[in-house]
Amino acid sequence: MKPLPMTEPAAISPRPAIPALWSDYLQLLKPRVMSLVVFTALTGFVCAGAPSNPLLAGVAILCIAVGAGASGALNMWFDADIDAKMRRTRGRPVPMGKVLGAEAATMGVVLSLFSIMLLGMTTNWLAAGMLAFTIFFYVVVYTMWLKRWTPQNIVIGGLAGALPPAIGWAAATGEAPLNAWLMVLIIFLWTPPHAWALALYTSEDYAKVGVPMMPVARGAASTRKQIFLYSLLFTPVCLVPAFTGLGGPAYLAIAAAGALVFLLLAWRVFRSKAGDAPDERLDGEDRLYAVRAGAKDARNLFAFSILYLTLLFAALLGEHLLGVAPLELLK
Amino acid sequence: MTQETIERPKYDTEAFRKARSGRNIALGLGLVAFVVIVFIVTVIRMGANATPHF
Repeated sequence: MKPLPMTEPAAISPRPAIPALWSDYLQLLKPRVMSLVVFTALTGFVCAGAPSNPLLAGVAILCIAVGAGASGALNMWFDADIDAKMRRTRGRPVPMGKVLGAEAATMGVVLSLFSIMLLGMTTNWLAAGMLAFTIFFYVVVYTMWLKRWTPQNIVIGGLAGALPPAIGWAAATGEAPLNAWLMVLIIFLWTPPHAWALALYTSEDYAKVGVPMMPVARGAASTRKQIFLYSLLFTPVCLVPAFTGLGGPAYLAIAAAGALVFLLLAWRVFRSKAGDAPDERLDGEDRLYAVRAGAKDARNLFAFSILYLTLLFAALLGEHLLGVAPLELLK
Repeated sequence: MTQETIERPKYDTEAFRKARSGRNIALGLGLVAFVVIVFIVTVIRMGANATPHF
């Protein structure tokens, strides 16, 4: 697919049309994404099991959160043109005209530099380097390159969202062993079914702005099939931590039960009409029913995917905090 | 000498002034928090590297 041409950057508009509150600048940092990053990075930090000063640990997690927020601000600066046309994103501060694109970009760069430097000072330069790489990958590789170019955008770009547990682990110990990368792999494989389930019922938005999300570029049927295939790949990987010493029995129980539900929901999406256009041969309500029912299946998978990932990481966090995880018991 | 009247642009309203004041306070608090964090981190890190002389 041909890359989408960039429109005039929002940075050149002379002044905001609406007064910007401090909360608008906070919104640039994507607080909801930040909360997920804090949670997974904290899990990585705790699972590393290294004794550390609680204040330094708090600052390390704060730096990772601010770094993630900074990349969100840079994303909002660069994507202001398409955000303005999409229903889900048109209320963001830059397309709303509350914050200038240049301000969002400046804030992103400044916070990136501060968070990387402070994380290096507080913990170690491996963690700081990994944070720098994550920001670069999200902003340059995903936002500027992959997002408007290939339907595999979120598959590859998902790496940026998957890295925080490894950064947390590196911040705690100065190294990133296989168990840390196992957590990265879980989030990495979770991203496609999660994002495509959402894209199935919001694909009109992406089509309107020419972003080649999978349902737009390859069609709904292909997306549903790929969701199921990725789910087949993702769910067994969730069980692996129970056999590497990272997760204990509670983790295994949650991972196994959740995997079955995840597969069932992915199967339902695969068999549904989610993302399809209404069948012209049917009349009225009947015509829309199959599509609506399919959209509900996609919504169910999207909602459960968030719950499942949260439960997996909560189980790891809980077991390590209580000292009942195999890695803790071996010490 | 005639006194020039400066016409205020339309965007310079009370709402903008209030919003700017709120942003300045938030920025000030952020900077203070940053200075405090750097101070605390420095003290802890230096403390960890200090060796007892007795």
